[in-house]
Amino acid sequence: MSVRLMWRKSLNAFMLSLTGLCALLTVSALFFILGYLVWNGGKDLSWSFFTHLPAPVGEPGGGMANAILGTLKLLLLAALIGVPIGLLGGVYLAEFGGRTVPFLVRYTADLLNGVPSIVIGIFAYALVVMPMHHFSTLAGGFALGIMVIPTVLRNTESFLRDVPRALREGAFALGANKWKMIATVVLPAASRGILTGVLLALARVAGETAPLLFTAFGNRYWSPGWNQPTSSLPVVIYTYATGPYEDWHQQAWAAGLVLLGLVLLTNIMVRAFLTRGSAYERT
Amino acid sequence: MATTPNAATPAELGWSPQALLRRLRGADEIAHLITFIAAATLLLITVLLVFQLWTHSAESRAKFGWSFFVTKTWDPVAGDFGALPFIYGTLVTSAVALVIAVPLGVGAAIFLAELAPPKLSSSLTFVSDLLAAVPSVIYGLLGVFLLVPVMRTTIQPALKSTLGFLPLFKGPAYGIGFLTAGIVLAIMVVPFVLSVSREVLLAVPRDQREAALALGATKWESTWKVVVPAARIGIFGSVFLALARALGETMAVTMVVGNNPIISGSLFSPGYSIAAVLANEFSEATGNLYLSALIELGLVLFLLTFVLNGLARLLILVTTARGSGVLPS
Repeated sequence: MSVRLMWRKSLNAFMLSLTGLCALLTVSALFFILGYLVWNGGKDLSWSFFTHLPAPVGEPGGGMANAILGTLKLLLLAALIGVPIGLLGGVYLAEFGGRTVPFLVRYTADLLNGVPSIVIGIFAYALVVMPMHHFSTLAGGFALGIMVIPTVLRNTESFLRDVPRALREGAFALGANKWKMIATVVLPAASRGILTGVLLALARVAGETAPLLFTAFGNRYWSPGWNQPTSSLPVVIYTYATGPYEDWHQQAWAAGLVLLGLVLLTNIMVRAFLTRGSAYERT
Repeated sequence: MATTPNAATPAELGWSPQALLRRLRGADEIAHLITFIAAATLLLITVLLVFQLWTHSAESRAKFGWSFFVTKTWDPVAGDFGALPFIYGTLVTSAVALVIAVPLGVGAAIFLAELAPPKLSSSLTFVSDLLAAVPSVIYGLLGVFLLVPVMRTTIQPALKSTLGFLPLFKGPAYGIGFLTAGIVLAIMVVPFVLSVSREVLLAVPRDQREAALALGATKWESTWKVVVPAARIGIFGSVFLALARALGETMAVTMVVGNNPIISGSLFSPGYSIAAVLANEFSEATGNLYLSALIELGLVLFLLTFVLNGLARLLILVTTARGSGVLPS
């Protein structure tokens, strides 16, 4: 074997294992993060964490029931605002659009998806908080809802496009008009994928902190109705982690574990079960 | 999608009220209109977003003009605002992030696209997608309690003793600062570089790899000299995308960057970023000028990411013909 060939072969082996190392490093980050959170936050998780209000500083116990409920309320609002617009917009792009409008909408959706979440927070502040003159659950839900729209829209569109042509033609052949074809054949056929997109979008905004800082703000107590500031898991984690008390830090780890568990479980369930075995997968 | 028999294109839709009413007789047209309104809402939201940022920053724009971008003072009490330290901090932390994340992400993408068996590749991609889904406040949490102490006691002193002759690694090791924020950002954007680069690498035709191998190239040579150059533009796209993410990332940076508007050549120095100052000061801003200056910072951030994202998507569109479904959400 010539020297040059040996050099080439060893470079080959070296670089290939280097790329393998890169991949290993990247994926091990997830296991490390998860493990570290379980180790630090696991011991502070108890039943009262899910059912009690935060205890005053220095007193043991207490929970984050208000933050958990707040996050759920914000997610509900986000879904109510984001899903209908995203879903119907996606139907428009896939089924009705011509050329220019869909291109524009698609491009704008991708750009809106990339807008930093804190800027979305400013938008919600200017549009909802300023006229109302106070922070509210409503404003936070609005901000999260805006963030849900582009994802749901693009995802709905792509799954609708994957529905085979033969199904549409079958519906037409049976005499259905277009909206009937869409509502009874195309949407059900793509429903699994669309649901996937909705759940992933909600899982993503569930962990958003920045747009809530000056919209939903925070609250040490329960937040009745929709018109008052509310606590939420991500904001509590931020406040507690940057606060000066050791109790707070412990609670932040526990809350971090709950939030990460919520987000990862949704992602894993959605990706592993909902997308598998779809009858209409692209081949 | 191919046009179906009774699909109405916008060109056919008349815009006068009579023409619109005529078109609305059938259920199809009503469905068309409703879905069109939903799609148009998205455009409206985006326009409204720009409009709000623009009008609410009017006071600051009028008072400071272009000097806003080159002034170093940030004094809410005196009402004197300059964005330079924040813009500087945003750029420096993002640059550090890219220097670490791009080689790591592209390397991992090469492994997943070219070398790993399909089963392993798809499960590792799954893990990377999960990593992209981890909320940024979690990264901040780990940053504050894990990375900052390690930086202060181990990494920064080590860098100082080996590379301390560079101005980049001078000054006391606080733990917090540009370098720490950049490292946290790097971990956060690697999944984005990875997943987009992997897609564009996979989009390179198989023939090209086989042709290179048939000519006697090693696997690495075929990858590095044929496949990667062919996917080059898309990989640049993934870098821009990661940059846009890094610029706008708020929580993780806020928690570890030090929140001190300092412009320093040393990466050990505490600093500030646009997103971080918004997170810290927005809800407590008193006075219209203060708020307006903060909103102008938001406008700057918006424009930066808007341009970068547009560029990224254009580049990715060029390399992968379909250009959709590529981006992680």
